[in-house]
Amino acid sequence: MARVRGFGAFLWDFVVGDDWRSAVGVAVALGVTAVAAGAGVAAWWIMPVAAVGLLGASVWRAMG
Amino acid sequence: MSGPEVGLALSVLAACAVEAVEALTIVLAVGATRSWRSALTGVGAALLVLAVITAALGPAVTALPLGVLRVVVGGLLLIFGLQWLRKAILRASGLKALHDELAAFESEQAAARGAGGLGGLAGGLDAYSFTVAFKGVLLEGLEVVFIVLTFGANQHNVPLAAAAAAVAVVGVALAGLVAHAPLSRVPENTLKFGVGVMLTSFGIFWGAEGAGAHWPGGDAALLAIVPATLACALGMVRVLRRARVGAARRDAVGA
Repeated sequence: MARVRGFGAFLWDFVVGDDWRSAVGVAVALGVTAVAAGAGVAAWWIMPVAAVGLLGASVWRAMG
Repeated sequence: MSGPEVGLALSVLAACAVEAVEALTIVLAVGATRSWRSALTGVGAALLVLAVITAALGPAVTALPLGVLRVVVGGLLLIFGLQWLRKAILRASGLKALHDELAAFESEQAAARGAGGLGGLAGGLDAYSFTVAFKGVLLEGLEVVFIVLTFGANQHNVPLAAAAAAVAVVGVALAGLVAHAPLSRVPENTLKFGVGVMLTSFGIFWGAEGAGAHWPGGDAALLAIVPATLACALGMVRVLRRARVGAARRDAVGA
């Protein structure tokens, strides 16, 4: 059990890293892009805008 | 070589060089301080595990439908890229200490000296040297494997990604062999900034495409996304530097 937990912690650290909010933001942005693209709306701009916003927020949080 | 292929090769080369420099520092520190034989056996064991992981994951990743692959890989690359870029921006603006390979080497050596006597494994191998070298190479190597497989599969060119990674790893290993010291002269912080920009840019591009969006200009959109991401990151560095200098001036006046 401890090994499974350890592997889970490693995987979380490897994939999500030290800012889970950015990871959630990326997932949400991908979802919004998929919905917008599915509705036939131009959706290419959503990911760049989200990336800039998420990066700025992440830097801001890191500064405390 | 097309534009996206050049981007692929350069991104993989830079990212893998950074990972290789970090792994080299760990191996050099435990090898020089405790036992070369044990450290190099640890490196060999880690490479074996990485080869097995690559053989198992490679066909699975390349067999995924391109849309699924791009949305998953794009998302992961963007998450990784944002983390690299955040740290690089904080370092470049002076809000976080620069990564110093020499300091990392000395810290690793101090830990190796304080880890007790040699031995502990069959064949007279030193357990500490073996384990630290194994873990270091495995963890940095996993990132190399991930980058090679995801970039390569997305561009339908795993061999090019693998070749770029091999050039980076062999180049760093040879340089370490010649220098017999951590590669502190490698502009690691600049490389990390560049890798953060590339991971973020490819993550934005593939993530949006995988989610069903169509880029104006197709693949050529990358030629706009990369410089725009770089400009944005440099702009944040500039703003943070100004804020830091302004705060220092206010503190000096107030003192």
